[in-house]
Amino acid sequence: MCQTSYKSKINCKIIKNVHLVDQVYEMVLDCPSIAMEASAGQFVNLYCHHKGRLLPRPISICEIDREQGRIHLVYAILGDGTAEFASYVEGEQIEVLGPFGNGFKFAPDYEEDVLIIGGGVGTPPLVQLAKELKGKKTIVVGFRSNPYLIERLEKYGKVFVTTDDGSTGFKGHVVALLEEKGLLGNIYACGPTPMLKGVKAYANKNNLKAQLSLEERMGCGFGGCVGCVTKVVAETELGYVYKKVCKDGPVFDAKEVVF
Amino acid sequence: MNLGINIAGVELKNPIMTASGTFGSGREYEPYVDMNKIGCVVVKGVANVPWMGNPAPRIVETYGGMINAVGLQNPGVEVFIEEDIPFLRQFDTKIAVNLAGRTIEEYVAVASRLATADVDFLELNISCPNIKEGGVAFGIDANMAMKVTEAVKKVAKQPLIVKLSPNVTDITEIARAVEAGGADAVSLINTLIGSRIDIHKRQFILSTKHGGLSGPAIKPVAIRMVYQVASTIGLPIIGMGGIMTGEDAIEFMMAGATGIAVGTANLLDPCATMKILDEMLIFMQNKGIENINDIVGIVN
Ligand SMILES: Cc1cc2nc3c(=O)[nH]c(=O)nc-3n(C[C@H](O)[C@H](O)[C@H](O)COP(=O)(O)OP(=O)(O)OC[C@H]3O[C@@H](n4cnc5c(N)ncnc54)[C@H](O)[C@@H]3O)c2cc1C
Ligand SMILES: Cc1cc2nc3c(=O)[nH]c(=O)nc-3n(C[C@H](O)[C@H](O)[C@H](O)COP(=O)(O)O)c2cc1C
Ligand code: FES
Repeated sequence: MCQTSYKSKINCKIIKNVHLVDQVYEMVLDCPSIAMEASAGQFVNLYCHHKGRLLPRPISICEIDREQGRIHLVYAILGDGTAEFASYVEGEQIEVLGPFGNGFKFAPDYEEDVLIIGGGVGTPPLVQLAKELKGKKTIVVGFRSNPYLIERLEKYGKVFVTTDDGSTGFKGHVVALLEEKGLLGNIYACGPTPMLKGVKAYANKNNLKAQLSLEERMGCGFGGCVGCVTKVVAETELGYVYKKVCKDGPVFDAKEVVF
Repeated sequence: MNLGINIAGVELKNPIMTASGTFGSGREYEPYVDMNKIGCVVVKGVANVPWMGNPAPRIVETYGGMINAVGLQNPGVEVFIEEDIPFLRQFDTKIAVNLAGRTIEEYVAVASRLATADVDFLELNISCPNIKEGGVAFGIDANMAMKVTEAVKKVAKQPLIVKLSPNVTDITEIARAVEAGGADAVSLINTLIGSRIDIHKRQFILSTKHGGLSGPAIKPVAIRMVYQVASTIGLPIIGMGGIMTGEDAIEFMMAGATGIAVGTANLLDPCATMKILDEMLIFMQNKGIENINDIVGIVN
C-alpha cells in the first residue's frame, strides 16, 4: 500500500445511485478528501469491479458538496463499464482516484456575463460551474431527446434547451440556437466534439472568449501514459503539438484547440 | 531478507523496475510512490530530436489488457537531460533511459549524447510496434538486431540493455544475436501487436489501426519467452508483461528474470510498484526465502 503521506485510490461508499432519464444515472459518493480538493470542471477516475475491465472510466464531477464531503456524478450508459456502474447499489463501495484535470478557469470575484453551453453528457460539469460563477448567466444545453439536470441549472440562470427531435424546447443543435438568439458572453462549454467545433466557430465570429472541455480515451487519467492527446496550436512545422487532455486539460482555451 | 540484485555490474536495491512508457520520467507518480523504494526507474522512450507521436485515439481497452499507439511521443534527449535527470537524481534509485530511433544513426546519436549524462543504464528499444519507419525491422531480424546492438554498444558509456520484441517466430534467435552484438542485458517482452474494431462504426478504433497489447492478458506469453531466453543466453534478464501483483513478479523471477518491470499496472493504479514490493516481501517471508536471487530461474 502507499504510505499515508502518499495519495492512493480511495474506496468510496455509494450514498445514492439513481436513474435520471433514459440511460442516464446519478451516483453520489462519500469521499471528503476528493470533495475538499475538487474544483468545477475536474473529473475523477472510476474503476470497475470486473477484473477484465482494467482502465479507469473518467467521469466529470457534476456537483461538489464540500459540507457533507460528497461528490455527485452524472453518467450515461455507453458500454460495459458504465453499465456495470449502473448496477451498483447504495452502500456498495467503488474505487475512485482524483480529482484530475485543470478545471474551468475563472476568478472568484468574476462578474462578467457568461454563456454556459452543454451537450448531452457534457452537461454535468456545468452544474458546479454555474453554481460557482457570479454575474449574469445564460445556459444553453442540447440533448438528443429527453433533457436532464435542467431544474438544477435553472437555479443559477436562464436556461435554453434544445433537442434534436424537438420534443422539448428548441428543435436543432445548440449553435443554431446561439445564432438565432444572438447570445453573447464569455463561453464555458462541454460536450461532443462536433458541438465544441461549432462553439469555437461561433466564439471566433463574435469575438468571444471561450473555454472548451474536451474528451478523449484515457489510459491512466493522471498524465502517466500520454494516451489522451489532443492537438494544440504551437509553432511547429505542422502548426500543432499533442497535449494531454487529462493533465493539460480537459479544459482548453478555444483559441489553442485544433479540431 | 535480501532483495538486492545486480544487473551488468549495477546494484539495484530491489528487483522492481518500471516499464518504459508507463511511468513517464516519474514526475506524475511522485504524489503516489516513494521513488526511493524503486530499484530502477526506466523512463519513457527518448529520441535524439522531439517526436510528435500518433494522433488520437491512442488507447483502447481489451479484455484484461489494453492496446496503445502512443508512437513514442517525447520531447527529445536535450530536454530529457536538462529536466528529467536532475528530477530523478533527487531520489535513491537507478535510472535507465529507453532509446528510441528509426535508423542506426538515430540510435547512435541519442546513445552518444547520453555518454556524458548521469544515468545508470541504456535500454535499446528495437521492438516498438508503433513506429513505421523500421523500428520493428530491428527487433524481428536477427542480423539487424545484432548490427544495431553493436553500433550502439560502441558509443555507449553505460551498460546496454536490449529490449526484445515478442512479435517474432523464435525469440531465442534474436536474443542470441544481441548477445553476440555485445548487449549487457536483455529486457522482455515489449507489447504484442494487436487491434480492435468498432463494429458499430465499422472501423478500427486506434488511429494507427494496430497497436501494442499489454497488461495481464499477455503474461503467459511473456513468462514462456523469459524462460526460453533464460535457457538460451547467459545475460541477465529483465522480465515484464502483465505484472500486476507480487506473485506475478515472483513468477517472472522463477522463469529466469533477475529484474522485473511493472508496466500497465502503473497506469491502472499509480501505487502499483509499492504494492508489488510489499507483496513480494510477504511471499518471501511466508516461504522462508532469505535471498531473492535464490529463486531466479529456479524452474530451469
Ligand atoms: C474528462 C472526461 C469526462 C467525462 N465525463 C463524463 C460524465 O460526466 N458523464 C458521462 O456519462 N461520461 C463522461 N465521460 C465519458 C465516459 O468516460 C465514457 O462514456 C466511459 O468511459 C465509457 O465507458 P464504458 O465502459 O461504458 O464504455 P466502453 O466503450 O465499453 O469502454 C471501453 C473503454 O473506452 C473508453 N471510452 C469509451 N468511450 C469513451 C469516451 N467517450 N470518452 C472517454 N473514454 C471512453 C472507456 O473509458 C474504456 O476505457 C467523460 C470522459 C472524459 C474523458
Ligand atoms: C502506454 C505505453 C507506452 C509504452 N512505451 C514504451 C516505450 O516508450 N518504450 C518501450 O521500450 N516500451 C514501451 N512500452 C512497452 C512496455 O514498456 C512493456 O514492455 C509492455 O507494456 C509489457 O509490460 P506490461 O504488460 O506490464 O505493460 C509501452 C507500453 C505502454 C502500455
Ligand atoms: S490518460 Fe494517461 S496521460 Fe492522459
